[in-house]
Order: sequence, then structure tokens, then C-alpha cells
Amino acid sequence: MPEMTLIDALREAMDEELARDPRVFITGEDVGKRGGVFRATMGLYEKYGEKRIVDSPLAELSIVAIGIGAACADLIPICEIQFADFIHPAFNQIVNEAAKMYYRSGGTWNVPLTIRAPYGGGIGGGLYHSQSVEAFFTHVPGLKVVIPSTPHDAKGLLKSAVRDPNPVLFFEPKKGYRSIKGEVPTGEYTVPIGKARVARQGGDLSVYAYGMMAHYAVQAAEMVAREDGIQCDVIDLRTLLPIDKETILASFKKTGKALIVYEDNLTMGYGAEIAAILSSDGFEYMDAPIMRLGGPDVPAVPFSHPLQEAFMPNPHKIATAIRQLAAY
Amino acid sequence: MPTNVIMPQLGESVVEGTLSRWLKQVGERVEEFESIAEVTTDKVDTEIPSPASGVLLAIYVAEGQTVERGTVLAVIGQPDERLESPPSAAPAHAHESVPAQQSASSAEAYDSPKGAAQRYSPVVARMAAEHNLDLTRIRGTGLGGRVTKKDVEAYLAAQEQPAAELAPWEQPGAGDLFKPTDEIFAAANAKPVAPAPQTVAAPQPTVAPPPTPSQAPAQPPLSPELGGTLIPHSAMRRSIAKHMVESKLHTAPHVTTVFEVDMARVMAHWKANEAAFAAQGVRLTLTAYFIAAIVRAAQAQPTLNSRWTDDGLFVPNSVNVGMAVALNEGLIVPVIKNAQDLSLIGLARQVNDLAARARAKQLKPDDLQGGTITLTNHGVSGSLFATPIINQPQSAIVGTGAVTKRPVVITDSDGNDMLAIRPMLYATLTFDHRVADGALGDAFMRVFKETLETWR
Repeated sequence: MPEMTLIDALREAMDEELARDPRVFITGEDVGKRGGVFRATMGLYEKYGEKRIVDSPLAELSIVAIGIGAACADLIPICEIQFADFIHPAFNQIVNEAAKMYYRSGGTWNVPLTIRAPYGGGIGGGLYHSQSVEAFFTHVPGLKVVIPSTPHDAKGLLKSAVRDPNPVLFFEPKKGYRSIKGEVPTGEYTVPIGKARVARQGGDLSVYAYGMMAHYAVQAAEMVAREDGIQCDVIDLRTLLPIDKETILASFKKTGKALIVYEDNLTMGYGAEIAAILSSDGFEYMDAPIMRLGGPDVPAVPFSHPLQEAFMPNPHKIATAIRQLAAY
Repeated sequence: MPTNVIMPQLGESVVEGTLSRWLKQVGERVEEFESIAEVTTDKVDTEIPSPASGVLLAIYVAEGQTVERGTVLAVIGQPDERLESPPSAAPAHAHESVPAQQSASSAEAYDSPKGAAQRYSPVVARMAAEHNLDLTRIRGTGLGGRVTKKDVEAYLAAQEQPAAELAPWEQPGAGDLFKPTDEIFAAANAKPVAPAPQTVAAPQPTVAPPPTPSQAPAQPPLSPELGGTLIPHSAMRRSIAKHMVESKLHTAPHVTTVFEVDMARVMAHWKANEAAFAAQGVRLTLTAYFIAAIVRAAQAQPTLNSRWTDDGLFVPNSVNVGMAVALNEGLIVPVIKNAQDLSLIGLARQVNDLAARARAKQLKPDDLQGGTITLTNHGVSGSLFATPIINQPQSAIVGTGAVTKRPVVITDSDGNDMLAIRPMLYATLTFDHRVADGALGDAFMRVFKETLETWR
């Protein structure tokens, strides 16, 4: 199996889907001739032409609106939002149109739309290139929300997202686009939406994370295993909506202790839902308070490097939290 | 999983109790900690809280029956739960599983460090319920000594170790008391013992044999011609009898020394302060002075405030004075803990409180534990002096007689002898001759005497 970066795996997934089904097309800012600001669609314009790789105006509302209309007209759009920070103008389209279409049309219309958006901080991007926006959308029934953390899952999940008959928000940890490498099978395979991955096994406590934080959690788990002999389960959630309660609870029943890590600011973040599931469905297995580690409740990831570092969870902060929880 | 209701140990050296009344009937719903039965022991009357919520599935011990601590009294479970009746059919536990069978109020639980009530995480609570564990017996390795899930798992794993790996002092003893309750119950069921509660019986040619072989030698049978009434012994009477025989005939060689104490100073102080104490809600009695004098004497001669063991003499750091309180049914000895830290008013307050609660049968098991020396103020009933029996496992008991006005010869500062009428007291020290010889006992009593005679 060839080793490739996260961004290469995403490109390969789109390439294969474009080749598989002529209804698939990509639209977004700079996705065509420029190959995307992160080069996710590089070479696709040359291969599939301007009718399938369509540069859009700088207008996120219209990118998603066009995607919804095309989806209703039996096409399969992949809309790229250049940074998740800029998805907000399209919020109405996503929440009011895409998410509710199947429901309000009584099942007559569905929206097989995939919206790709790089998200997350730690890249010196400042206020408008670092945001984590998943919690806004995981609150919305009718959407699916996927965040891969490995090249293997990125390719397999993106192919599943393209084939899914529902609107799927596909958030990509941009800090890992090139730093995360892994083996990716050549050719056809998919990773099912709605299944978490056990990234590491250990009996002392469970760490739940996704995206870049799933990598940091594994690094932190290796650190505490080496230095403190603490063995962690690390659950890479992969799909945030629908949520894989089974895998989440199976780990908790084994360990009785849970640390939930996400880089979005803490309050009302996605981890709160994991905590709620554990306490309602896992109460009799609970051996410690459920802990969350997230960003501070400040308006944005700061641009200043030291402040950004203070904001972002990292393997050392996660390891510290693991040690505290293990000692409880 | 059904939960056994177990006869708890209700105090130091209290090894049995009489089930006086069931507050719940079979089939009735009970909540955890709700009182389900009343129990009388030789020292306290108390209620047994339910160890679990559920339905009272079965009662094994009838009202009036006296059973040893650790005996399974009843079973609580869910209404649809089927019991493998009787409890003797419960899975045969290897004897190393003893700790798991004990109730929350077992001796070890009392010995655990006193502090804020432990809290347990849901998983620990559930595992404890599933395995019928007493969590106070598990050493916690979590934050602040918290019992973690892993601690419970380790404890359960240790239970499965072969008994040979247990330290000798952790192995159960041979007596019935130390056997798993299920075994006791199985044995009890197997033996054709008289199941009837101990009720008043007409004179019988023979009396039911004593329950333990180690008790008294064979007694001659009662003569059927001799008219009279056989009054059954109360639990308290039986216990007192046993302790007296044990202490005097099997344990300590008793020796008594008698001192005469001029109580003029104390009586004057008492008279002067009685009203002031009363104003603070404290009834001042001579007992408080006697205890204060015992504390002084015990601090001067700690050997008498001790406990004989085969390995050595254990001398505690505190003076915990037991105070014999006569009741209609017998006698009880609540303990004033750390008497060395209390002033006269503090002692008097404790004396008031313990005596009142003893008479109201409101003493808690803890009130009866930890004594290091005892006072019996038998003078209140007019006795001049007496030779009391040592309250084991202590080494000494002080007896104080009635304070009576007597003519005594006193000497003034010029050396002139004269007759005077003084309030006089005979005080005795009865002590364990293994622990101390006469001179030491007298040294103790000299401090006792001097404290009272020079009271100010």
C-alpha cells in the first residue's frame, strides 16, 4: 500500500468518484485551474474539464445554494468551502434547505451534497482561518458530519460521503493535510459513515477525540504509557453525526473513565454530547468525573503564536489531563 | 442478586444479639437504610438498617431468637427473584471469601479511619452490590484514598487467591464466630437445634445445654420437686455473667487495695460550684471528681491504665474512663474518651450525658468502646467499700464508696492531734496482679487520694 498524505488521499477519493460517476462535480473558490488553495483538487481540472471542476465566485452562500439545486437536479456536487471559517454565509442554505429538504418534501427530494471544508487551528491562521465549526452543524438533524483523521479514513469516508443520499459536511483537519501520512489502499474501498475507530487500546481510561486531536490523543497516550504506565483507549470518532454510541460506550464500560478532547472552545462544544451519553447510558460504569479538554472560551484562535499555543490542546496538555484522570 | 441482611457487631466484645422485632414482613418493600428490625444486645438496643432496596424475600431468624454476629437474618432482593432456599444452599464459599461476607458494620469497618462518609463512584457501588462487598474493607488508591474500580477488581482478584497466601492474622479463626455466615447457617440448619425462640418455660427436669462447650461445667439437674420459677436470662445478664467469670476466674489474678480519702475539699468545692454548674446546664456529681482523680493517677502511673497482652503491656496514650451505670436490667459501662483533655465541667457534662443515655438505652456502640480503666461508684447505693471485678481487657478498676461523716484524728500544723468530723470516703483499686504489684497500685491510689484531698 502506498503511503500518502491526507490531502493526497482526499484528492484520490475525489478523482475516483469523478471517474466512477459522471454526475459528480466539484465547485468552490479556486478549485479549478488553481487546484484549490490547499491543492486538494490539483490536476482534476485538467483531467475532467471546466464543466466538472467549476470555479465559483467568492460567495459561500451561492456555492452551497448551487450545490443544493444541482443535487435536486440529480447531480452529485462536492462543494468546497475554502476555510470552514467562511461557511457561515451558507448556514441558512445548509440548515434551512439542505438539512430539511428530504423531510419537508415528504421524501420526494433529497440532497446528495458533500461540503468539504478545512477546519481547525494551530497553523498560524488567526481569527478567520482557524475555526472549528462542527458543533453548529452536529446540532442539526438531517445533516451528517464527518471528520477524518487519517489518509485511509479520509479517502474511504469521502467516497462514502459522495455516495450518501444526504447532505454531508466533511471537515478536514488542515493542520494535518501534509503532516499526517499513512498507508492508503489503491483503488476502490469505502469507510462507513457512523462508525468510530479504536485508534489505540488500553484499560485505564478512554480518550475520545477527532481530527487533529485524535492524533494528539494517540501521541499523549503513548507518552503516558511510556512515562507513567497508564494505558489508554483512544477512540477516533470519525463521524460526529450520526454518533457511534456503541463504540463510545463499549470503551467506557471497559475503563470507567473518560477524557474528551476537542480543539473548539469548551462550552457547548461537541464533547458535551459525548459526556451526556456517557453519563446517561454509562452511569453504572462510571468511575470518575467525565473530563473535557478543549480550547478556552475566547472569541477566536489568536494570531499571536504564543497565544495560539495557549489556545490549542496539544499532546502535553492531553497527557496532563490523562494523568489527573488516571489518579482520580 | 439478593442481599443478605446480617447481624452486625454492635459493639466491642458484643458477639450476639437478640432479634426483638421485625419491622418489615416478608413480601414488604424496603428501601436501603430503612430500619427493618430491632435488635437487643447485652449493651445496646438498636435498629438494623436495610443493606439494600428491594423486597424482603425471606426471614431466617424469628423474633426473640438470639444469634451470633454475622448470622444471616433475612434476604432482600427483587420480587421476581427466586431464592435458593434455605441460605445453606447458597454457593459454598471457600473460607478465604470471609471478608466478602461481612456486613458493613463488621469489626474491621469500625476500625477504619473515622472521617467524612466515603463516597463511591457508580461503577464501584455497582460492583460492591454485585459481589456483596463491604467497601470499607478495601484500601483505596485513588485521589484522597478513593476506592477505584481497579481497587475493587484487585480486591476481587485477591479473594480468589488460595488461602495459603494469606497472612496468618488474616486467616479466619477456628471458632464459629469467624466462619462465613453461610457456613454458620448451614450448620445451624443441619443441627436439630430447638428452633423456638427463647421463651419463658416451665421448670424442666433438664435445661437446654449451653450453646458453647467452653462455658460452665455440667450443672446438676433441677429437682422436679422443688417448686419455683425459671426466669430466663436476658442477653445482658448472660453477657455480664460470662464477662465476670472470664475476668476473675480465667484471666486476671485480682488484688485490691483500700484507701481512705478526706473529701472535705471536694465537698466544699462541690457546694460552692454546684449552682454555677447548674446554671450551665450541668449537674455536678462526685463522679466527675473521681474521674478527674483517676486521670491524674493514671497519668502518674500509666501501668494501671493498660492492657495485658502476651507480647507485652500495651499502654495507651489516652485515659478513657469507663463509668459503670446501674440499670434495672443490669449494668452498662459507657466510656468517657480522652478524659485527660476534659475539665471538671467537661467531665461532668459527659457523665450526665452518658448516664442519661444509658438509662434511656440510647447509647451508641461507639459509646461503649475503647475504655482503658473503669470507675464504679458503688457508694451511691450506700456501700462503704467493695472489691469489684476488672472490666476486661483493662487492668484496673477504681471503686468509690459512700462519703460518710466520720470522726477522724487530724493533726494541725503545730503537731497537735485532735478529733474532727470529716466527710470520708473509702476508695479501692482492684488491679490485675500480672500487670502490677501492690506498691504500684498504692502509688496510683496515693495520687488519687491526694488529688481529691487537695482539690481547689
